[in-house]
Amino acid sequence: MSDHQSVLAQAQAPDLAEMTMIGAINSALDVMLARDDAVVVMGEDVGFFGGVFRATAGLQKRYGTHRVFDTPITECGIIGVAIGMGAYGLRPVPEIQFADYIYPALDQLVSEAARLRYRSAGEFTAPITVRSPFGGGIFGGQTHSQSPEGIFTHCSGIKTVIPATPYDAKGLLIAAIEDNDPVLFFEPKRLYNGPFHGHYDRPVTNWSGHPSAQVPTGYYRIPLGSAAVWREGMDVTILCYGTMVHVVADAVAEMGDVDAEIIDLRTLIPLDIDAITRSVAKTGRCLIVHEATRTGGFGAELSALVQERCFLHLEAPVTRVTGFDTPYPYSLEWAYFPGPVRIRQALRAILDD
Amino acid sequence: MTSNSPAPPPIANHPPLRLHVPEPRFRPGEEASFDGLDIPAAGSVRQPEIGAAAAEFRDLAYTLVRVLDDEGRAVGPWHPHLEPERLRRMLRAMALTRVFDDIMFRAQRQGKTSFYMKSLGEEAASIGAAFALAGDDMVFPSYRQQGLLIARGWSIQDMMNQIYGNRADRLQGRQLPIMYSAKDASFFSISGNLATQFPQAVGWAMASAARGDTRIAATWCGEGSTAEGDFHSACTFASVYRAPVILNVVNNQWAISAFSGFAGAEETTFAARGIGYGIASLRVDGNDVLAVFAATQWAADRARTNHGPTLIELFTYRAEGHSTSDDPGAYRSAQEARNWPLGDPIARLKQHLIGLGEWNEERHAAMDSELAAQVRADQKAAEANGILGHGLHQPLEMMFEGVFEEMPWHLREQRQAMLDEQKAAGL
Ligand SMILES: Cc1ncc(C[n+]2csc(CCOP(=O)(O)OP(=O)(O)O)c2C)c(N)n1
Repeated sequence: MSDHQSVLAQAQAPDLAEMTMIGAINSALDVMLARDDAVVVMGEDVGFFGGVFRATAGLQKRYGTHRVFDTPITECGIIGVAIGMGAYGLRPVPEIQFADYIYPALDQLVSEAARLRYRSAGEFTAPITVRSPFGGGIFGGQTHSQSPEGIFTHCSGIKTVIPATPYDAKGLLIAAIEDNDPVLFFEPKRLYNGPFHGHYDRPVTNWSGHPSAQVPTGYYRIPLGSAAVWREGMDVTILCYGTMVHVVADAVAEMGDVDAEIIDLRTLIPLDIDAITRSVAKTGRCLIVHEATRTGGFGAELSALVQERCFLHLEAPVTRVTGFDTPYPYSLEWAYFPGPVRIRQALRAILDD
Repeated sequence: MTSNSPAPPPIANHPPLRLHVPEPRFRPGEEASFDGLDIPAAGSVRQPEIGAAAAEFRDLAYTLVRVLDDEGRAVGPWHPHLEPERLRRMLRAMALTRVFDDIMFRAQRQGKTSFYMKSLGEEAASIGAAFALAGDDMVFPSYRQQGLLIARGWSIQDMMNQIYGNRADRLQGRQLPIMYSAKDASFFSISGNLATQFPQAVGWAMASAARGDTRIAATWCGEGSTAEGDFHSACTFASVYRAPVILNVVNNQWAISAFSGFAGAEETTFAARGIGYGIASLRVDGNDVLAVFAATQWAADRARTNHGPTLIELFTYRAEGHSTSDDPGAYRSAQEARNWPLGDPIARLKQHLIGLGEWNEERHAAMDSELAAQVRADQKAAEANGILGHGLHQPLEMMFEGVFEEMPWHLREQRQAMLDEQKAAGL
């Protein structure tokens, strides 16, 4: 939240508006479409309809069908075409309707977008930003709930960004669009319309009144590769991103007696390694929380990094709280979701060590 | 580096290039008329010999096979001459599908489940085919062919249990509502990922052929899904190996908010997709259940006699929203459904049966109320086993079963951790 405050302070008289995360994403696209005529927005249902989650609502009307357009239903085609448009000199922002449907595009993403700069020695690049809603918590079953970020962090050449607030979503999306490398921008769909603390049995909350829902209406960037310290603390470092930032923060607050330092990574590749090591050196303990499946997930990478770089500071094993290694089980969603209880249990175990 | 490229040709006086982006004809609030649509008269399209080479009837990919005329008479070479009892069973299956859809849609609105998809107006696309196929022909449906399962006599309660993800759900609460699987009905597990079933159906058919079996396969996808690579892979394999498979494209004009032009309909038909692959291709009035039956039967005979695959475009209209998650009023004219020129498949078969003297309004009304009562009774019984998120559900450990045939150590550990967590939470 620190750069939130600094941007707000820097800007002379920033026009602020309260935005949901969807609204902030829409605003980022709007700002970039207006600023740079090379930016194009494309994807299934993104045009006239404005997207199944309304992220692109109103944009086609404002910028026309050459800048904001519907595509045929072929994710492989969407990414391949975006790469070609990028090679021409445009700056495409394709949407994959759900992260669960990104797999048909895997070849274009992994073998093409991620490799173009390297294999052509910089002659060609893929300055594309692939937006895609991800994560569970909406009873969407196995094809509307997955968190596949670990697949992409594993293949060299793609940046991976995941916001947790409206303010970050807009600043990070603008930075991603301006980035000359391919960026996967995963949007935690459970946060689109309000923060979610993991209590599925409590009333739904919205962004209204949330400090990070105060978003400048104009242009600003949050640099890729910078984490945010959500809460400072001395007892334990918690590394998380996306929906889990809110779930973690609430679990810590409810425990009352744990002085945790909560780090919202915001960008997985490139990772803000200094923020991590600085914090773990201070606290000596580290919990990693993500919703994605456990084995080979991004948490495994984080755990290895912390172990390699902070070994002498560690007073307890680096621990992971994650989704289980099963497909997202539709009706058993809340037993699967890494919620407050799982986080509390892990924190108690780490702190007792 | 010196360039070896030849000198560029002299610059002609070309206009600047222009990008074409398709636009549907009607948007919300606009008058919608289908007057310009070319609808050949019922009975006017020839029927090729079962063994004819695909190249001999390419024109059938650009017309519409139709049997029922505007007065409800069955006419022409595709008239399947079914006995009245069979027609009544088809009518009943379509009506049951519609009642089921209606009640489950409302169950979603009442918060008893998270999601539902209707097939309103498209019932013939499934039911005509189901009646023409053998009961053990393998079907690989998309999410909008609930009619196949219903026509094959599957238990309505079993389908509801799946929709509620409840204690009695045979699929163990793991899959999104309506993503059924029913091996005993030769009905493949439905995927949420579009068009994946297409090459799978071809593979099943190839295996059946390789083993000298007699069973064939059939698959369905929406016109929007034909853009996926899987559709084209399926066509290539089907053609190369002359697989005994029927590839159905249900062209209901809309893919969520994208009209069929975004799948290529401005330039050609979906049946014509088959021509480039050398596949026999038919374009059929999808709201005429007799035409669907006849085309499927013809394609099945062709497949069974080793004449290979057929691609069938079923031309129809999605009369409702895509699912419970969208409002079609936001992207298309509400008049479209009302003015759809090919009518309602149930009304058309009903009119035909009445014309034959084999049905009447009283029997129809009695059938409708009987079906509604039956489905409501099934609903009550299903709900006694729980609805989504309330009360009775699968044992939570079920989540870890079936990832693999045998559960590895890490899943056993995770299962135990989950149970401990539930205990700690006092659940
Ligand atoms: C691979 C993949 N991409 C996107 C989606 C999201 N999606 C679900 S249904 C649908 C539209 C499909 O339209 P169509 O194939 O015409 O079938 P219809 O729904 O009209 O029956 C889309 C885009 C998906 N399920 N799978």
